[in-house]
Amino acid sequence: MSNIKYLLLRRTTQIGLLFLYFAANAYGWHILEGTFGASKLFGFIPLADPYTTLQVLATGFVLGADVLLGALIIILFYMIVGGRAFCSWVCPINMVTDLANWLRRKLNLDKEEVNYRFLKRNARYWLMVLGLIVSAVVGVSAFEVLSPITIMQRGLVCGFGAGISVVIAIFLFDLFGVKNGWCGHLCPLGASYSLIGKVSLIRVKHDHEACTNCMECKVVCPENQVLHMINKESISVTDGECTNCGRCIDVCGDDALGFGIRSFVNKKD
Amino acid sequence: MANSDNNRRKFMATTLQSVGLTALGGLLWSGYTDEVKASPLVLRPPGALHEEDFLKACIKCGLCAEACVNRDSNKNKDGSKREGTLQMAKGGDHRMIGTPFFVPTDVPCYMCDDIPCVPVCPSGALDEASVTSEKGELDINQARMGLAVVHKESCIAFWGIQCDACYRACPLMDEAITLEYQKNERTGKHAFLLPIVQSDVCTGCGLCEKACVTEKPAIFVLPVEQATGRAGDHYVKGWDKKDQLRAGDRKLDEIETHTERSEQEASDYLNAEVEY
Repeated sequence: MSNIKYLLLRRTTQIGLLFLYFAANAYGWHILEGTFGASKLFGFIPLADPYTTLQVLATGFVLGADVLLGALIIILFYMIVGGRAFCSWVCPINMVTDLANWLRRKLNLDKEEVNYRFLKRNARYWLMVLGLIVSAVVGVSAFEVLSPITIMQRGLVCGFGAGISVVIAIFLFDLFGVKNGWCGHLCPLGASYSLIGKVSLIRVKHDHEACTNCMECKVVCPENQVLHMINKESISVTDGECTNCGRCIDVCGDDALGFGIRSFVNKKD
Repeated sequence: MANSDNNRRKFMATTLQSVGLTALGGLLWSGYTDEVKASPLVLRPPGALHEEDFLKACIKCGLCAEACVNRDSNKNKDGSKREGTLQMAKGGDHRMIGTPFFVPTDVPCYMCDDIPCVPVCPSGALDEASVTSEKGELDINQARMGLAVVHKESCIAFWGIQCDACYRACPLMDEAITLEYQKNERTGKHAFLLPIVQSDVCTGCGLCEKACVTEKPAIFVLPVEQATGRAGDHYVKGWDKKDQLRAGDRKLDEIETHTERSEQEASDYLNAEVEY
């Protein structure tokens, strides 16, 4: 039977991190200050978002060492450990798009699948590069101008203003427009973490022997193209687009899916 | 063979479509971004780079605003926390979203000696060197957040009514705002006490704007770029030895200029093509 172990863990992490950011502003805590663009952990460890950093560099501005070091720390963490875990364990928009995805299923909006011919899953990589080009041309970090992620985060930390409309727009787009439209097709930040996390150690592993081919995992997976091995081979999910959210593990009734460490000995992984 | 030809055509068409849609997106995106960055009437934290560079550099982390609101001195008399000076622009603020700014009539900059907002900036958008004295100490008096401007017609001191609210509110009293005495010819026995902003000293903190007693402040802070003019390099103050150096070490009788005689008819160029 499905359980919600990883869902609870993810929501705890997401809300916990947001609360720490909130408390830094509201109570002056020095645990996690700033926003996802650039933060300070424990008052001295710099953290910075790699794609945001790249955008600033693209404008031609030579950034301070704090941001460059912070971006390096984040890159190393997701590259070695987390994979694309930012998207499902940290990003606040994930809660919005998860809600839209869940409602889609409840409202039977998925029954008649529309073929969005012009919106492919690789659109995000085009947008990621485009964001850097626009940053260079206009002289402003282009994605940061409309990023629902930092708009929502800043909103929760110091007030939304009209910024809430961007978050609502994403929700409506995912609910009534394209299934997993934002996180799974468009978000350039997610694209950057897909590339960074491609080789990470933590991976979802599939046990072909235990699988009963119920395909529940493919129903809940927001990036279900990464689950191409289901009931075919006992290998790990190695695509960078997998967000390590664990929804497939929660929903699997056969113990055929679970987190594991990527094995470099077994060439099949 | 025909199959691979088909595949290639399909691949070409898809690639062309992707490139085309990306170009479309790029046009819309650039246009939008360029519009939203055009908000010149915004006051930035101390030490901020020139607006153009500031917008490039600011990573929108909010560490400056957090340092501002949580500084020790930011307390009411009863010990409760006050609103901070720096705000992070939200949607609807009509300023580049996520960047720090302040509105003097809400909360002016109190010019903290330790400038908590500047050293925390990780990106270099707030330049610590620009608010550091030659001795290597932080010096908020070097900040140039803006420049106070007096609108004479609504300033009651210029009407002859005694008011020195801005003069007294100024953290650099008698330096950034001085009082100029003038005879009030209307009454014949009173003096005007006129507030005059010294633009080489004013930091643009906005305490004067906050203190101004008129319904809509008659003294207000504008970004330096908007509050100042520029004479141009070709005007030299000949009576100022230092400025005269710009013209080089040349004596008047050594300067020869040869201008060719114009072939055109003489014209009244100041009034040319102007009709009344």
